Amino acid sequence: MGDLIWILVSAAVVNNFTLALFLGLCPFLGVSGKVETAVRMGAANIFVMVLTALAVWVLNTFLLVSAPYLRIIAFIIVIASLVQIVEMAIKKLSPALFQALGIYLPLITTNCAILGLAIFSTNRGYGLLEGLFFAVGGGLGLTLALVLMASIRENLELADVPDFAKNMGLVLILAGALSLAFMGFAGMFSAA
Amino acid sequence: MSPRKPTPPSQELIKGVWRENPVLVQLLGLCPALAVTNSVANSLAMSAAVLFVLVGSSLLVSTIKRIVPSDVRISTYILIIATFVTIADMILEASVPAVHKELGAFVALIVVNCIILGRQEAFASRNSVGRSLLDAVGMSIGFTLTMVLMGTVREVLGNGTFLGISVMGPHYEPWVIMILPPGGFLTLGTILLVFSWIKRRGEERAKPATAAAGPAVGKAA
Repeated sequence: MGDLIWILVSAAVVNNFTLALFLGLCPFLGVSGKVETAVRMGAANIFVMVLTALAVWVLNTFLLVSAPYLRIIAFIIVIASLVQIVEMAIKKLSPALFQALGIYLPLITTNCAILGLAIFSTNRGYGLLEGLFFAVGGGLGLTLALVLMASIRENLELADVPDFAKNMGLVLILAGALSLAFMGFAGMFSAA
Repeated sequence: MSPRKPTPPSQELIKGVWRENPVLVQLLGLCPALAVTNSVANSLAMSAAVLFVLVGSSLLVSTIKRIVPSDVRISTYILIIATFVTIADMILEASVPAVHKELGAFVALIVVNCIILGRQEAFASRNSVGRSLLDAVGMSIGFTLTMVLMGTVREVLGNGTFLGISVMGPHYEPWVIMILPPGGFLTLGTILLVFSWIKRRGEERAKPATAAAGPAVGKAA
């Protein structure tokens, strides 16, 4: 159990997906304007990540043992179709949730965090349970980074910055500061 | 950028280097730009992989553009890209195992690099093979230049070396933070700020010719 908790905490804060591994930067920069959208994007990500972890386990156990060279292709196809199916299912079953997640679900397909999760958990040889904890941790970490960034950017709108700095450059510098803060967690465990 | 006027072929090549630089202007492909630029060698290896994948898939996509039904075009592009990425991954693993190990999962992550899918959708799927090749090469050069710029700044400041050769003298105290993750954000942020400042100054000098070149906020989605 300790190992599983370690995997979760490590993925969430110590090796935060976005701030330490640079995964999921597109949503991090693209939809971090408002806290509310950031939370929804994060929720959609956690959801898809858990499903991906399941799919990756199935693929790794049954298909890819005999054809390891198909790994990248199999992962991306399965993730893309999974997101598509989930989107259709949610639309049918819970229109309210569909409204909430909205356009974020399809966007997730081309999100490096999802494929990154699949590849990292394969490289580290995670089993089903470990993979699931890794997915939840990674998703939480992504959500945390998104929400933090969105809160900063909401306040940034009121700040008086020079004209030329009102773009992504400043956001990236802020991300650097956040990333620096997250490095403080590195002492919690030995780095993975 | 739908139906474009016939531009001189040279324009397709150089636009990716500066005016439509994939990383600095379009803010695409940031994951690799930040993750593997902690040394110049890694930046070059990553750029070579991206060049291979981008040129390969652009050629293939522009060749088969007429037989791909538009409903399944994105899936087709992704499949083509994934195939080339697999090839690149295997070549790197076989020829330079040390670099492959450093780049780790980020070679595989070229599949979801928005630069590549973006070029297929925006350019290769509606232009001739020759133009697509030029476009792909130009974009790759732009990407490479940015990667090497970042790699140089980070390696020189963070490690005092360039391609492993010491450049800062024996008494240099490295800014270790520059080769760690925060350094990536800080370097790219600074570069973007400097570029935006230069651009703003240029616009102010040429006031009447106001091309609506607003800041690229929000393009990264």
